Amino acid sequence: MKFLRQFGIILFISFLGELLHIFIPLPIPASVYGLILMLTALCTGIIRLGQVKEAADFLIEIMPVMFIPAAVGLLDSWSALQPVWIPVTVITILTTIIVMAVTGQVTQHMIRREQRRKEHSDNE
Amino acid sequence: MNRYLIDSVFFGAVISLAAYEIGLLIRRKFKLAVLNPLLIATVCVMAVLLLLNVEYKHYNEGAKYISYLLTPATVCLAVPLYQQLALLRRNLKAVAGGITAGVLASLVSVFLLAKLFSLTHEQYVTLLPKSITTAIGMGVSEELGGIPTITVAVIIVTGILGNVIAEFVCKVFRIEEPIAKGLALGTASHAIGTAKAMELGEVEGAMSSLAIAVAGLMTVIGASIFASLM
Repeated sequence: MKFLRQFGIILFISFLGELLHIFIPLPIPASVYGLILMLTALCTGIIRLGQVKEAADFLIEIMPVMFIPAAVGLLDSWSALQPVWIPVTVITILTTIIVMAVTGQVTQHMIRREQRRKEHSDNE
Repeated sequence: MNRYLIDSVFFGAVISLAAYEIGLLIRRKFKLAVLNPLLIATVCVMAVLLLLNVEYKHYNEGAKYISYLLTPATVCLAVPLYQQLALLRRNLKAVAGGITAGVLASLVSVFLLAKLFSLTHEQYVTLLPKSITTAIGMGVSEELGGIPTITVAVIIVTGILGNVIAEFVCKVFRIEEPIAKGLALGTASHAIGTAKAMELGEVEGAMSSLAIAVAGLMTVIGASIFASLM
């Protein structure tokens, strides 16, 4: 029963996200509205962690499986992709590596600089 | 036999789950990052569909119930994020700086490479939202006059690619901080990358979830500015 109620709460938030998506004319999906709503509900205490935790952990654990149907759908978009596949492939590979490296490096650099500054002021 | 597969409501879901089991089994056996369960499962399902001559739409009749869970699962990403909220507050500046740099790197590199390959405006805006989550990216592409089908395909390939190469990229560029790893995965390869971040650890997973939402929203604004450059 506990599991069912947790799943019910998660679906309800997804539903609210869907409503926001319908009524706000921005290209933001129901899932992102839902994520923000869930975070707000947890922070304000409207939903307690224990009321969603187990079902949420389960859904997150099986998340990779949920991408299989969309990925298999590449079969159908091949005809559209075929004429431009070489530049698109090169751009996809390069930008993915660039974005990952830049995001990681900038974040790490800023974290470490902050740490050094804190250690420095502790020593004085 | 084909007839029964086409009419079945369960075929698509069963074959997807079975293919994922095979993917898990192969990874356990060989322990190579390239042998990613999602990648193996996708290839297996594609092979079965082609061999048995089953169309995608018939497969999706059953498989769509798996995709149905994607929205609730994304909503659940708020839970690990909530649990790491204190860590996020302590590193707010680095987190904001990292995601902003990543989003800019994505837009600038797509712009420069599109120039290099002399792509048309339509092809260029199709690729602009390639690093963000499918639902946002599709909307952005549509709005800017791109081809949403190709955008979706590229977004998914980006996700799987990011998922597969993440550990390698982090090693080469010496990205060691869990926060930095998580943000890198989420900003570069959205929810599919986040699935990988969840495997790496709680902090990585939470930061990657945050990056999906923040990078996605930043790209909505950034892509519309970059679209006018070419």
